[in-house]
This record gives sequence, structure tokens and C-alpha cells, in this order.
Amino acid sequence: MSQSRKILARHAGRESLKPGELVEASVDLVLANDITAPLAIEEFEKLGRGKVFDTGKVVLVLDHFTPNRDIASAEQCAFVRRFARQYSVEHFYDGGEVGIEHVLLPEEGLIAPGSLVIGADSHTCTYGALGAFATGMGSTDVGAAMATGKAWFRAPEAIKVNVTGKLRPWSGGKDVILYLIGRLGVDGATYHSLEFVGDGIADISVDGRLTAANMAIEAGAKNGIFGVDLQAVEYLASVGVAAEEQALEPDEYGYTSELDIDLDVLEPQVALPHLPSNAVPVGEAPKVKLDQSVIGSCTNGRMEDMRLAAEVLRGRKVATGVRLIIIPGSPRVYRKSMEEGLFDIYLDAGAVISPPTCGPCLGGHMGILAAGERAISTTNRNFTGRMGHRESEVYLSNPAVAAASAVTGTITDPGELS
Amino acid sequence: MEQFQGRVWLLGDNLDTDVICPGRLLDAPIEEIAEHALESVRPEFRAEVRPGDVIVAGGNFGCGSSREQAPQVLKAMGISCVVAESFGRIFFRSAIAIGLPVLACKDVAGAFADGDTASIDVEKASVTNVAGGAVMSGERLSPEMLEIITRGGILELLKEKTGGAQ
Repeated sequence: MSQSRKILARHAGRESLKPGELVEASVDLVLANDITAPLAIEEFEKLGRGKVFDTGKVVLVLDHFTPNRDIASAEQCAFVRRFARQYSVEHFYDGGEVGIEHVLLPEEGLIAPGSLVIGADSHTCTYGALGAFATGMGSTDVGAAMATGKAWFRAPEAIKVNVTGKLRPWSGGKDVILYLIGRLGVDGATYHSLEFVGDGIADISVDGRLTAANMAIEAGAKNGIFGVDLQAVEYLASVGVAAEEQALEPDEYGYTSELDIDLDVLEPQVALPHLPSNAVPVGEAPKVKLDQSVIGSCTNGRMEDMRLAAEVLRGRKVATGVRLIIIPGSPRVYRKSMEEGLFDIYLDAGAVISPPTCGPCLGGHMGILAAGERAISTTNRNFTGRMGHRESEVYLSNPAVAAASAVTGTITDPGELS
Repeated sequence: MEQFQGRVWLLGDNLDTDVICPGRLLDAPIEEIAEHALESVRPEFRAEVRPGDVIVAGGNFGCGSSREQAPQVLKAMGISCVVAESFGRIFFRSAIAIGLPVLACKDVAGAFADGDTASIDVEKASVTNVAGGAVMSGERLSPEMLEIITRGGILELLKEKTGGAQ
């Protein structure tokens, strides 16, 4: 069985599952944030259960419009805060404990291989990097699951992604996934699980795998999943989760399609407006004038990303007319970046350092674009109007490309900086 | 389940949830989101949409964010049914969960012009252009999905199953 269906079957009390079957399954973790939890809580309360199914398995993170940008967002957070207190939700992240949810939860040791995680956030699929079945849902499904601990699932068909070779300088997990979305299209994996296999994965860090799994949804996938290798076991041990190595098994029902990615020839990718599937090698991206560069988000707000940005920015200055915003994704990433001296490099380069927030990625706050402005961004979506005005543009890239582009003021391959 | 007959809003491919409900409005009440729903592709939508209208769209409708405000706002504005060539799966799932009928039907966008009248039978998964044209067959929803929609959403079904408050 595909790893995704194997996990689903186990949580549904089934020996096996065929693609397409509908099952009700017990979930291990239910997640929501400040923009999706309020609706979920309203639905939860309509059920009148008086308690959440497990106070240790509901996670609430106030990360999207925080630190609160206005009264409406403050009211939403106050509503979620009251709920968390009233129902004794153990994993409630507020104030200085807030990280961007999908950067935060793995660091907090909340994600275990083989677990079934649902979240009212489409990028919940991030956790597949650690061998979990993780997928996004709407607030009503999540509100119901907060009460019942269950949700219905359609068992997914699988697409096999075979990764071989070794990463080139300045390429990483972001380039793997942008290239893959470019190949599949934004709906090429709808309802499917993306099962990442192959000896090339050993060369992709856990941070890079979290980036790749994070954007599985941008190809329409239900989830993306990796096996658990020694590197993953060591990462999990470092956050207090005991795990054993487990490779992905072949799916006896076969794969809808199989794709090969050769890291030996994978160049840094840039997704042009207005779809993540518009991926081209950085050298083929148009030399447009940029107004902003954003480095952070649930896609690229981890330590590897912060270090890559610093490596490019060390001793360099952001181009006149470009605003570089760097967003360490969690309190741990923030502190470590500071301790490693990365903040000095950022500040010397002329960057703004933001507290952990989803802010600009979804056009919320902390870096909104005006009409006609263009940004390069390590975030995950470049839809029309995503980061601000509907006549603005977003180009997606990895952190090294976003940093190099901030330095030159146009889309730039970091390998070409003098 | 009832059948729907309504005026068609014809939309294109890959219409994402940021377009249906801009991210900046995710702390706003549904009435305020409605002021801006679909504004970047159909600025007249707010003023001209009527209760009972249907959306007919190309592939991957509702892709992107999990924000349930997207199906919520369409339902609140009176859209009776969304028929698309395919759906982003979270939108599809959420629409069912809140009792907004959805139907996937291959090549449906090419069978309608904006403003045509569509007749839709969700249970039979059939779609017809009332002005003429063959009956198109979409993908049937499972009995479980149909039941959720018929009850008006998953909450209503759960309440019924558990007898409400415990």
C-alpha cells in the first residue's frame, strides 16, 4: 500500500484501503489558526459537546494576522484565546510563543511519523516530510473533528516522485517542489498523495523536505509524504520524538504517474506570476525590476533558509528601492538566527527583520504590495492579488535567489553575484 | 435532493480562493467579504448576483487556501450550486461540509455562455443548458456526500447522529 493509505487504514481500523474508498478515521492532531479557528469554534460549539475530544490533541496557533494588525484581528484572537482557556487546550500558542504553525509544530515535537494530522490550513501537508499523513481541511470539518476526534477521508491514489542525484549549489527543497509543480501543473495531483522516494532524498535536509512537502497542495495534492531515514530520525530525536527508520513501500495498486527529478541538473527555480506552476530556471526568469523581497513563511522560514539568506547577504547591501523583509519562522529560529550573528548580516544589508508571522504571504500585513509593484518571495502562492493589490506581482523562489535578487534589484541567480 | 435552475456566472480555470475571498479580509464578517468576492475577475458580481444563480467554471475551481470563507461567501450571496470541470479538493470538501452543492463535470465550461440558464440535478449529476444542448453527465457524489449536502452540512448530520448535546 502507499504509505499514505497505510496510515489512513490504520487510523480507520482497516487492514487495507483501496484508492477512492471513503472512510472515517481517528485523527492524532487537529490544528487551526487565528483566521480559521474562529469559524471552526463556532461550528464546534453548535455541536454542544461541552469539551474537545482530547485537550492534548487540539493545537491553536495565532500566527496569521499577529501581532494583531487591527481591531478585527485582535477580536478574532481574543475569541480563540477565550476558547483555548475555557476548553483547556494544552497546545495554544500566543504572544512570544507564536511561530508560523508549520515551522512551529515539528519543532515542538508534535509531529510523529505515521500519525494522522488535519488542520484548517492548506499547508498542513508540510508534516509529510516527517512521515505523517497530514492534510488541510476547512473550518467546519476541523470544528467537527475538535469535538469528535474523527474526520472522513477519501483514500488517495498515489503519484511517485523519484528523486536521484545530488543538489547543486543554491538549489534545495524549494526548487524540487517548484520544478515538480511546473511538471504536474496546479491540479496535476488533485486528490493524490505525492510519495517521495529515491536515493536523492538523502541529500535534501529535513528543512528542505518540509519545504517540499509544504507545497504539495500547490499541485492540488491531498498530501505529500517522505520515508523516515536516519536524518529524519535524528531530527525527531532532537525535538523529543522517538522514531525508527521506515522506507516507503511500493503501492500494489500502482501509481497514476511516476516522475523523476534529477538533482544533478536541477537549477534554482522561479515561479512567474500568477501560478506556482509557472516555474522556470532562474536564468530564464525575466529581468523585471523588483520592489520587495520576502524571505520567510511556512515554506521557507527555517534555519537552513535563514542561513542561506545570510550567506548571500554577507557583506552586501540591498539595492536602492528594494524592501527586503526577513521573517524567522518561529521563536527558536529567531533566537538561533540572532545567536549565530545572522541578524547583524541582515541589518548591515539593510533588511527589515519581522517577528514570526504569516503576514505578507497572504496579503495580511507586514509587507503589502501597491498597484504595479513586484516582489520576489520565498512564500508558496503567487495568485493574483495574493500579497496585496490585484495589479501587483509575486515571483516565487528559494531564499538564496530572493536574497540575491534583493541585492541586485532584479531576479538573480546567486551563483552570478560577483 | 432538489434540482437547481439558475442564471450562470461563467468563470475560468484555476480560480483560487484568494480571488473568491481576498486574504486581507479573513478577519471580516461574511457581509464585508461579500463586498469583494470575485472582484478581481468579475467586479460586477456583488451588485448583480441574485439568489439562485449558479457558478459554472473551468478546472481546479477553488484551488489554494483552505479558507472556508470562500464557499461560505458564495453560499451567503445566494449561489445555489457550483459546477466546475474539476475542483481544488479542500474547497470541494468544505462546500459539502457547509451544504453548498458542488458538481464536477468534464467540459462543462464550454457548454455555457455567461448569463445562460443551467438546470442541475446534483443527485443524478446531470447538467443541462436550458437554452438547448445535450444533458451533460458529471461525477456522481457518493451517498455519504449527498447525505451531508441534503441535511445542509456535516454539523446538522452530526447533531442528528449524536442527538445533539451530550
